[in-house]
Amino acid sequence: MERPLTQHIISDTSVRNLENYRKVGGYSCLQKVLKSMTPGEVTNVVKVSNLLGRGGAGFPTGAKWSLVPMDTVKSNLPKYLVCNADEMEPGTFKDRYLLEGNPHQLIEGMIIAAYAIQAEKSYIFLRWAYKKAEKVLRTAIEEAYSAGYLGNNILGSDFNLDMHVHSSAGRYICGEETALLNSLEGKRALPRAKPPYPALNGLFGRPTVVNNVETLSWISHIVEKGAEWFKGLSLTGTGGTKLFGVSGKVRKPGTWELPLGITFRELLEEHAGGMIDGHKFRGALPGGASTDFIVEEHLDVQMDFKTVAAVGSRLGTGTMIVLDDKTCPVSFIHNVEKFFALESCGWCTPCREGLPWVEKMLSSIEEGTGKIEYLDLLSFSAKYMSPGNTFCAHAPGAAEPLQSGLKYFHDDFVKHITDKKCPWR
Amino acid sequence: MLSVEEINEIQNEIKQYPYPKVACIDALKIVQQHRAWVSDESVSDIAELLGMSAEEVDGIATFYSRIYRQPVGRNIILICDSVSCMIMGYESLYEYLSKKLKIRFGETTSDGRFTILPNSCLGDCDNAPAMMVNNDHFNRLTIEKLDEILDRYK
Ligand SMILES: Cc1cc2nc3c(=O)[nH]c(=O)nc-3n(C[C@H](O)[C@H](O)[C@H](O)COP(=O)(O)O)c2cc1C
Ligand code: SF4
Ligand code: FES
Repeated sequence: MERPLTQHIISDTSVRNLENYRKVGGYSCLQKVLKSMTPGEVTNVVKVSNLLGRGGAGFPTGAKWSLVPMDTVKSNLPKYLVCNADEMEPGTFKDRYLLEGNPHQLIEGMIIAAYAIQAEKSYIFLRWAYKKAEKVLRTAIEEAYSAGYLGNNILGSDFNLDMHVHSSAGRYICGEETALLNSLEGKRALPRAKPPYPALNGLFGRPTVVNNVETLSWISHIVEKGAEWFKGLSLTGTGGTKLFGVSGKVRKPGTWELPLGITFRELLEEHAGGMIDGHKFRGALPGGASTDFIVEEHLDVQMDFKTVAAVGSRLGTGTMIVLDDKTCPVSFIHNVEKFFALESCGWCTPCREGLPWVEKMLSSIEEGTGKIEYLDLLSFSAKYMSPGNTFCAHAPGAAEPLQSGLKYFHDDFVKHITDKKCPWR
Repeated sequence: MLSVEEINEIQNEIKQYPYPKVACIDALKIVQQHRAWVSDESVSDIAELLGMSAEEVDGIATFYSRIYRQPVGRNIILICDSVSCMIMGYESLYEYLSKKLKIRFGETTSDGRFTILPNSCLGDCDNAPAMMVNNDHFNRLTIEKLDEILDRYK
């Protein structure tokens, strides 16, 4: 089984420095691209590979790049490439592994991506808590400048690129790509209206591509080995492996690179080692806090964008949070909704007003003072936080664990209300 | 008044960007690094340096969780209170710390040694429960580990 993204991360520092990265073939793809490929050819390989964005939404990367204007009209310059390394969704820790373990793989991918869209400036927007990743990245970027992979006339070509790390000041909404652009501009991280999409009108009003760490880490591999190779890596034909993660009461929580299309059961039982003794599986948020619950009956579903969507959830970031039978589902959901309420940017009503209301109702159900009408009110709120009712996908994300939780754990909600206490306390 | 050092660091950031205002978040972080928190006076100083109004700078400062607009202790404990850490029992760790230090979330010990704050996910979910003290991560926490960790921060 191939693990292109992580195979060289053997120890903490195995490929962290430039020398080691070069020993395993690093930057040879960049050399090939600058010598023998046009920007359009690079975009085309990525398009044909069907690489879907790994930041949660699964948008086709090649299609996104194709939207960027390739003329040299002055009002379209300079163009920007931004790497989304905000990763602040509870339960998500996969990008950290790539950032700390193989920073040059990301940097090489970014240089090639920037070449494809002819961007001159690139930023890495980093989760504030990733202090180690910040150090590792800054060192790697310096190494890349000294070796002539960044700066002017890269490897003797006429392509120039600068790269900067921006460490966030901390707010989940910064991960939403247009809020991220506002934050990079030094403003409050409020999402922007779309359209216009960032590919046309992004950072400082210029064409900008925003991609996730894992997405960009793929680029050198795909360009080097081709679209067909990439498609063959998955069990479902979508293309590629994926970083999957598991947290909660399992024996071996962690993150692994596995083919897209392995089943939930395989991930949970083989890789995460199954549940800790004395704990039973009740459900899981399969791709971070903003995805719908899956339960026992879904364990044989393949983990891929389409197959997980078919059972009413989302692959999201691929990092699963497991709910066990010793944890109260109401307090689990309450915790998640409290997070979303706190992190709302406050721009639109269903999110700003709806989420604190949801949080209060859940809190009183958990305390044993909830009323049975709350269940309908909670469903009502979830419905009005769904896509189309809000300015960005924050509130729809918050609605997912709520609506599915109400469905799968209905009896537990009712028991809290009728017994006037939490059965788990 | 901002120190010469602070001003130089902020000017360095301004150079990276098309116009000075863009450096607002960087400026707030720089001032906080030097002074532990950002006072009203610092907000006005930053505003003047970047050609903004103090209100605009304050609007940005208060939006971000990791910019402190109130005095904090010498060391800041951030306890992850998100879902994976809840499952793995952050609440009992918090209760222990809170009793030991005699402060609740948002408060500072009377000797100014620690401030304790709740924080959403720290990206250590596979090693939950997790917390940070200043810039250091600690995970797979147990009550026994907490005492030893606190001893390292004076
Ligand atoms: C509230 C919210 C938070 C998000 N946080 C992140 C994040 O931390 N990292 C990320 O890559 N994408 C995040 N996204 C998705 C981005 O908006 C965007 O789709 C992604 O960065 C695009 O990269 P990709 O096409 O490579 O997946 C978030 C979206 C929303 C609505
Ligand atoms: S959905 Fe929430 S986070 Fe998104 S713009 Fe509206 S208020 Fe802000
Ligand atoms: S939930 Fe605590 S570190 Fe992620």
